[in-house]
Amino acid sequence: MRHLKPINQKARHIQSIIDNDVVALQQGGPAQGPHVPLGCSFVFAPGWEVDSNGGTAGLCQPVERDLFDCHLTCFWPAHVPDLYNHAPDWTAKCASAQKDWRKIDLIFP
Amino acid sequence: MNLRRSEFHAFTGSGSSRFLYLVPSAAVVQLDDLSHAVLETLAAGDRSATDLVETLSDRWKADEVRTSVDELLGLRAIHTVAAPPPKPKAEKPKRSIPLQTLVLNVTSKCNLSCGYCYEYGEDKIVEAKTKPRFMNEATAKQSVDFLFSEAGDSPSVNLTFFGGETLMNFKMLQSALAYARERGAALGKEVNASLTTNATLLREEIIDWIVANDVGVTVSIDGAREQQDKFRVFANGMGSYDIILPNIKSLLARHRRRPVGARVTLTGQNLDVASIYTHLFEEIGFWEVGFAPVTTSWQREYAIEDEGFQRLLSGFQALAADFLDAALAGRRHGFSNVRDTLEEIHKGMSKAYPCGAGLGLMGVATDGDVALCHRFAGSDEHKLGSVFDGVDHARQDEFLQKHHIANKTDCATCWARPLCAGGCYHEAHTRYGSTVEPNLHYCNWIRAWTNTCLEIYGTLAERKPEYLAQFD
Repeated sequence: MRHLKPINQKARHIQSIIDNDVVALQQGGPAQGPHVPLGCSFVFAPGWEVDSNGGTAGLCQPVERDLFDCHLTCFWPAHVPDLYNHAPDWTAKCASAQKDWRKIDLIFP
Repeated sequence: MNLRRSEFHAFTGSGSSRFLYLVPSAAVVQLDDLSHAVLETLAAGDRSATDLVETLSDRWKADEVRTSVDELLGLRAIHTVAAPPPKPKAEKPKRSIPLQTLVLNVTSKCNLSCGYCYEYGEDKIVEAKTKPRFMNEATAKQSVDFLFSEAGDSPSVNLTFFGGETLMNFKMLQSALAYARERGAALGKEVNASLTTNATLLREEIIDWIVANDVGVTVSIDGAREQQDKFRVFANGMGSYDIILPNIKSLLARHRRRPVGARVTLTGQNLDVASIYTHLFEEIGFWEVGFAPVTTSWQREYAIEDEGFQRLLSGFQALAADFLDAALAGRRHGFSNVRDTLEEIHKGMSKAYPCGAGLGLMGVATDGDVALCHRFAGSDEHKLGSVFDGVDHARQDEFLQKHHIANKTDCATCWARPLCAGGCYHEAHTRYGSTVEPNLHYCNWIRAWTNTCLEIYGTLAERKPEYLAQFD
């Protein structure tokens, strides 16, 4: 804490809890062990959006993977149509996202 | 999203430093100018973080203000209006709390007739005639077994002897403690023994036993001759000071391994805290001196009332200032009320109950009945079981539920509740006829006194943090 100084044992205890809590990255973040992003990335480090050379050739995962991973594991459905009601067959021709992503068509409500 | 100040008590140290005592967490933090400014701005009314950034933009950068707001939110010094802090619930302790201290009322007889006595005086709870006057050896041994069985895995237990006048049953004390030590050794538990006495019967042979057995001693004494003899008299009205003084001196000279404390009962007629302290600590040589206002109904002539509470507060504050000077200078001071409170503040105690009565501490009457504490021992209304049949846990649970601080509506908005928690059950019972009532007659006093102790704590944190390290 920068603006409050814990004085008694209880304050120090609370600080230790806060320090290990999730904090906004702008605050510098707490010291942590290895971080493994699941689904999508919230760290802007090479490996996801860009590779270590700033390009997209050497990404950790194919970007196409995000199409499924984001809305399945992270429930971030904004970029996919409603698969339950409106367009249940949207990905029927896409057996493998890496190879067949071109077969996924646009959906018009 | 508007922000609002949560519960806290702001106080200062010796210099310009500002501190917060957070409620109910009991955390103490020091504020910098920015955090102080944020709280001051919010004192005028709810504001959004953006508003705060703008208001304080002439002195601080936006990201600094936001960091400060985040920190204050994290400690619950402030909260968003939409998400107020959760209301505390009267929950049972998460883990069962073992019995740590058993107070044995070894006799209900006393050789003094102190005018204000809660056991025999006008406010007594138990009619002494209805119970055996002395605890017998079998009951005492059973009490020891009860303590060990209720103590669970605790590596040590506290066995305290109390009365009446404890030493009137000296013979039994000897056998009870010998038995406790023997059982303790077999069970691998340490037995810490102590007793309270009026010092009239402290003969050499008894002092020998106290020293040999490492028994902690608290002497009930009210001050110098004139103060002591006002209430602490024999049945014929003769004062006890001249009898006890040589006994106490002999005890203090010989019992060096454990600190011997004096415990003073303050009355409307005996409020000169400074002179009592000087006599007991400096002239007689007690290790520490603790003061407690007499427990009584308000209409008794020795009760402390409004003006008396003011005098008592000024006396405590003056003696507390001496305590602070001594602590800063590295000298030991014996005003135990301050030291005990500083320790509680340092540990950040936030009490669900005012004391351990009925939880980690219980009192045993002469017949083996177990009650909340020694002050209720023998009272059927406050009985929790007996050393022969064990604790009635359903009754204990009911007691704990009813007396939880979350169920004391009067205390719900008081910033001093983490330390006070409504005050002594016995005091409440004597004053209001019920242990459940908070002691509303001394709320202002408690808040003023707690503030004094917090200011001392803040000053020590600033100027002599190593003093506080002893409590870590």
